[in-house]
Amino acid sequence: MQKVIITVVGQDTVGIIAKVCTYLAEHHVNILDISQTIVDSYFNMMMIADISASEAPVGEIQEALAALGEEIGVVIHVQLEEIFQKMHRI
Amino acid sequence: MVNIFEVNETNKMIDQEHLDVRTITMGISLMDCIDSDPGRLNEKIRARITQAAGKLVETGEIIEREYGIPIVNKRISVTPVSIVGASACRTPEDFVEIARTLDACAKEVGVNFIGGYSALVANGISRADDLLMDSIPEALAVTERVCSSVAVGTTKGGINMDAVRKMGLVIRAAAERTAAQDGIGCAKLVVFCNAVEDNPFMAGAFHGLTEPDTVIHVGVSGPGVVREALKSCRGQNFEQLCETIKKTAFKITRVGQLVALEASERLQVPFGILDLSLAPTPAVGDSVADILKEIGVEHPGAPGTTAALALLNDQVKKGGLMASSFVGGLSGAFIPVSEDQGMIEAVEAGALTLEKLEAMTCVCSVGLDMIAVPGKTSAATISGIIADEMAIGMINQKTTAVRLIPAIGKDVGDSVEFGGLLGHAPIMPVNSFDCSRFVSRGGRIPAPVHSFKN
Repeated sequence: MQKVIITVVGQDTVGIIAKVCTYLAEHHVNILDISQTIVDSYFNMMMIADISASEAPVGEIQEALAALGEEIGVVIHVQLEEIFQKMHRI
Repeated sequence: MVNIFEVNETNKMIDQEHLDVRTITMGISLMDCIDSDPGRLNEKIRARITQAAGKLVETGEIIEREYGIPIVNKRISVTPVSIVGASACRTPEDFVEIARTLDACAKEVGVNFIGGYSALVANGISRADDLLMDSIPEALAVTERVCSSVAVGTTKGGINMDAVRKMGLVIRAAAERTAAQDGIGCAKLVVFCNAVEDNPFMAGAFHGLTEPDTVIHVGVSGPGVVREALKSCRGQNFEQLCETIKKTAFKITRVGQLVALEASERLQVPFGILDLSLAPTPAVGDSVADILKEIGVEHPGAPGTTAALALLNDQVKKGGLMASSFVGGLSGAFIPVSEDQGMIEAVEAGALTLEKLEAMTCVCSVGLDMIAVPGKTSAATISGIIADEMAIGMINQKTTAVRLIPAIGKDVGDSVEFGGLLGHAPIMPVNSFDCSRFVSRGGRIPAPVHSFKN
């Protein structure tokens, strides 16, 4: 399993989750967990996903989702999960 | 599993508080390049460095992208060139040629600095050391990315005052040779006491003789993150202050450790050490001075500054030590003047003097760093300042360094401008009383007693 953290931050609008999930489904990225909050009226979502079944390397997924984010008007980051694990877990 | 708040905290550190990995530095031994023919020596050095570090920058950039953490610099340190060139070099110009080769290699592999144009002369100056030291002003003027350092003292061996006197002259010559660029040669030249062999930070990095063929050292940073964290404990006592610094240092260091191990694995080069330094940049919010202000002094230099810096330095180490499997290098808070906007403001406000900076260097890494002094400052005075700083390192068993920039043709009230990470600096006044009789005595200051500590 290769876990990535996908974060989506921006102005709330209809269909953000749908569009991101559609891209992930098409590229065989399995979503393990989703959490979402609104912080200071900003849409704030985090997904934990497994990209090991995806044929696209992490760099390509990062670029595609960043482009998709620009289309919707939100910022989408994809990062390998380890950086968060290392920082917040002993 | 990590939660959304933890993810947001990490990304806020990166996006808003300048959390970054300051440098991945590849140490490369040039011992197997040694040759008695200068041409062959330069050819071997070129082949060795470009082969070892060919993928360094690319690998750094991939790690940067995949984890979403900026890795600001990719650098190289090499075996001290006075040793590598000892057999081949007959004149200072021969050494300058090696500097040119190093510069060309740095440009070819895409690193922004290459360190190790160095001599280790704490106990005495060899013929090659002498030639290399003579060549430094020219070498730093004709190259862009080469960094130089000279180690003139140790706690165990004492201080070589002949080398201290010579370095006063070399620093002045380097400033004059690069006067048109505000003396940038001196910004790439450090004088050390207790130099470390595994330092990833420039300008003082060199690849020590006890290191393996190649090695990866990583320097972490993040003064902005520490300062933001300290905003949450305004008005609280020192225990809470120190706990907050430790926890923050732990988090920052863990990221560095991750990057170090990844780089080591992907490059198939052993991991050396993580350097736990708070290294500022001229960017607003990326300042060690701002942490001191947050701790409670109006400007660095105000009474209380040395104590604040001492606790900061110590807590960063305590938090960072547990987060990394191998800690080394310089590991402490850096207090360069030109590279820290808060320090620059403190000098301009009249709060921070050279004498107070000297006191601050007793409790932190590393020394009198990136300080512009009037162009009229004599070589003997520069040597005197070096001797003082070396004595602090020798007696306190710590690394100290001096990186002074005599601003030729300028005086107090003017400033020098280097741009980029090196920043700009207001020229600081220097005590003008004479020390030339002291400096010109010649010889060595013996090693100190290692007992009766008072």
